[in-house]
Amino acid sequence: MRLLLGAAVTVVMLSLADYAMAATPVDTVHDALHAFGPQAAHFGKLWNIFLFTCTAVFAAILIALVIALRRAPPADESSAADLSNVNRQEPALKRHVTRAVVASALALVALIVASVFTDRAMARLSLVNAVNVEITGHQWWWTVRYIDGPNASDIFTTANEMHIPVGRPVIIQLSADDVIHSLWVPNLAGKKDLIPGRSATLQLRADHPGIYRGQCAEFCGLEHALMGLLVIAEPQDQYDRWVAGQKQPAPEPQDAQAQRGKQVFQSSSCAMCHAIAGADFAGAQRGPDLTHVASRQTLAAGTLKNTREEMAAWIRDPQTHKPGTAMPATPLSQEDLDAVVAYLGGLK
Amino acid sequence: MSVKDGALHDTQVAALLDRTWDDPRGFLGWFCVVNHKTIAKRFIVACLVFFALAGLLAAVMRLQLARPDNNVVGPDMYNQLFTMHGSAMMFLFAVPVMQAVAVFLVPLMVGARQVAFPRMNAFAFWIFLFGGFTLFIAFFLNTGPDAGWFAYVPLSGPDYSPGKRVDIWAQMITFTELSALLEAITLITTILKFRAPGMTMNRIPLFCWATLITSFMVLFAMPAVMLGSSALIMDRLIGTHFYNPAEGGDVVLWQHLFWFFGHPEVYLIFIPGLGFLSAMIPTFSRRPQFGYAAMVLSLIATGFLSFGLWVHHMFATNLPELGKSFFTAASMLIAIPSAIQIYCWIATMWTGKLNLRTPMLYCLAFFFILVLGGMTGLMLASVPLDYQVHDTYFVVAHLHYVLIGGAVFPLFGAFYYWFPKFLGRMMSERLGRWSFWLMFIGFNVAFFPMHILGLQGMPRRVWTYQAGMGWDGMNLLSTVGAFTFALGIFLSLVNAVRSARAGAAAPANPWGAGTLEWATQSPPAPCNFHAIPVAHGRDPLWQGAPEGEPSHVAGLAADKREALVTTVIDALPDHRYLSPPPSPLPFLSAVATTVLFIGSIFTPWAIVWGSVIVAVPVIAWFWPKRHDVDSELALEKRP
Repeated sequence: MRLLLGAAVTVVMLSLADYAMAATPVDTVHDALHAFGPQAAHFGKLWNIFLFTCTAVFAAILIALVIALRRAPPADESSAADLSNVNRQEPALKRHVTRAVVASALALVALIVASVFTDRAMARLSLVNAVNVEITGHQWWWTVRYIDGPNASDIFTTANEMHIPVGRPVIIQLSADDVIHSLWVPNLAGKKDLIPGRSATLQLRADHPGIYRGQCAEFCGLEHALMGLLVIAEPQDQYDRWVAGQKQPAPEPQDAQAQRGKQVFQSSSCAMCHAIAGADFAGAQRGPDLTHVASRQTLAAGTLKNTREEMAAWIRDPQTHKPGTAMPATPLSQEDLDAVVAYLGGLK
Repeated sequence: MSVKDGALHDTQVAALLDRTWDDPRGFLGWFCVVNHKTIAKRFIVACLVFFALAGLLAAVMRLQLARPDNNVVGPDMYNQLFTMHGSAMMFLFAVPVMQAVAVFLVPLMVGARQVAFPRMNAFAFWIFLFGGFTLFIAFFLNTGPDAGWFAYVPLSGPDYSPGKRVDIWAQMITFTELSALLEAITLITTILKFRAPGMTMNRIPLFCWATLITSFMVLFAMPAVMLGSSALIMDRLIGTHFYNPAEGGDVVLWQHLFWFFGHPEVYLIFIPGLGFLSAMIPTFSRRPQFGYAAMVLSLIATGFLSFGLWVHHMFATNLPELGKSFFTAASMLIAIPSAIQIYCWIATMWTGKLNLRTPMLYCLAFFFILVLGGMTGLMLASVPLDYQVHDTYFVVAHLHYVLIGGAVFPLFGAFYYWFPKFLGRMMSERLGRWSFWLMFIGFNVAFFPMHILGLQGMPRRVWTYQAGMGWDGMNLLSTVGAFTFALGIFLSLVNAVRSARAGAAAPANPWGAGTLEWATQSPPAPCNFHAIPVAHGRDPLWQGAPEGEPSHVAGLAADKREALVTTVIDALPDHRYLSPPPSPLPFLSAVATTVLFIGSIFTPWAIVWGSVIVAVPVIAWFWPKRHDVDSELALEKRP
């Protein structure tokens, strides 16, 4: 027994000492217990109420059980069963059990009330001066469309990365065009499903600048595990600069290598799926929009860091980095590949 | 004039009864068996085989998740692993094993010689076996389902799961649920109509109450998932649009149908576990259960309420707020009946003595594990909390705490407790304790960290995760715990195999228990009881017959398979019933039904032509037999 316990404790210590840091593409926060916005903060408060109440009840039940076991005289199977209680009420015992049940029921009612009030508070997030965004889930990446503003030119599309201004509410319209996905950015808000044929909205607000990681939470097929998303909360002026940049069409390639890259992009299979606004292939929708791909922090829905090496590796062989992704390996000569990477790397 | 079983100690009559009720011999006889004990043993072994297989799949998953960016298996294999693990544990282990143990114990506990419908019982076992094996054979042929045990559409629909994987899943699930329905009907009838005289409604053993309620729940829950998966297979095979939003179908419809079954499903795993505890705790506390009426009413309330909270699996699907609040309240209130039972057990131990044997250890583990799982269940029932922890490892932790704590630990306790009754030998106490502690510690080390992982944002059903998320340590710890848990289970298996061959011979009542299954020898005679007992209390072995009251019933034929049918409420003798003899037809009907179902995976025409194949053995099965008719008439003529 003691040996087992010792071994267990050792394993616990070792595993806690093993927090290797930062091999994710970008340093982000991603957990439910550290709130950076009002919706997640409501969760934290309610969580503390539940944790305290449930721990107290759990402890009370275990203590009662231990006392019951300690006070019972030891016996074996040959000792006669105590039949004195067969046709007799046990009033004292009945009273204790009734009291315990009533106390548990009251605790439950308290928890229900706390839960309903928190639910109401979450639904009452002020939506004054909100940013409107549409997020569409695909197997296994996200389209993010900004739909504020009176003109068609105010609408722009990006992928797998959402910038939001700090302190302003965001209304996200959710939709899916293949299977059910679920958008979850734990530090900002709870999750909401994206369901084909149904619409839903998710409202959240970030009160602190930072990079918050999100992930698809509903099993959506092969690469459900690698369907990440970054939410970048920044001060209003930075956000405005970012929006202005995103509204521009893609910059024309400057040097010869990048110009060649654009031709390769057009003449190979890339342009079948990926749109680049301002180039001659703006209509493709099957893959993420690459208009300003170089301004993003990650590739392949939060799977890889967006560097030229990683981009080249991704284009050469997506299947090793994300087995089963819809993007095929593109057979290009080294020269062509470098040219495409130079072109895409210039799309700030 | 036939021989009667009146004389209690008449060895000749006893020998005749044994011959009358014995299983047929020989290889062909093996397929004709209808004795509930033989069928139940096969059933339990089959369930345990599926349990072991599903557990091995889980072990591979834990290996894959032990480190970030691991490559033990790829996403394709991993998705098959968790789908098969969930489906097999739910459909091929947890529900059937509870029914299988009930098929063995219920007739013994209520003092009957056989279940109500022995041939249907055999048929249900065979189709379960074939359905389960088909699913696993498909997995080993690399056509295992990979859309999750919950198979949400549209991912499981024709567009996103082409091929036969989901078809196999949908048909085999329908198939094994058919088995569960038939078992439920058998058990309900056995409990209501085949009880020993004197075992009135308020003397039925609590395990039988649990089985009765579970069986009624099966009747109401299983049709929902059978309808749902039939609609799914129609969408996939013949182009209907039940779940296709582009044609006016609805993908959330599947979730409602599935969870309307899926939530009662977890309770019909859990309620038999409560029944096991109600059988063991009084025995090892050396006193009758405190609060019998409250226990029964709590079981009924649990079964009833379990149908009113399926939506708590769907809080993130954007349903109306008011409706969600209702389901929050319902989900939390179901904790009250469970709490009543837990307090009544503690009260029983409080005022009893303590005989701390291995089965009792497993019962005590229930209090720690299940109650903790219940607490996290309350958290998941709360809408705002569920928004965060839904579909994360927190849920994985919760469901394993309630299912393993509420069903597997009591079930292992039940195996140690009733093993002497199954096989006539005692299990080793020392190995049992080792197994218990390894299981208990391993389980908690494996699953407690998952709560933390879920709060740290680790979603469920992910085949890998990136380093640097802060999930590495907890996952490694969880894997170590999982293998410790598996080692504990393996020790119990070793214990069972060794004890079956060389354990100490068991007396009729090794634990000094009070219920009727201990009144007969271990293992029981083919007819269970050489003389049908009369129950004079809730624990007939503790409360013998008062002065001048009969202790046994006499007058059933010994040379025919006669059973005594009693009234539903008061268990007064009502009439005699001829239990059917061994027959190969259940087996043949099951083979034909399997042909139909496997054919229907490939073509809808299999339903049409398969029905013809099924009709042949079924018509033969129900063809009136001359001597049956004569016997029935003879029974009616006598007063």
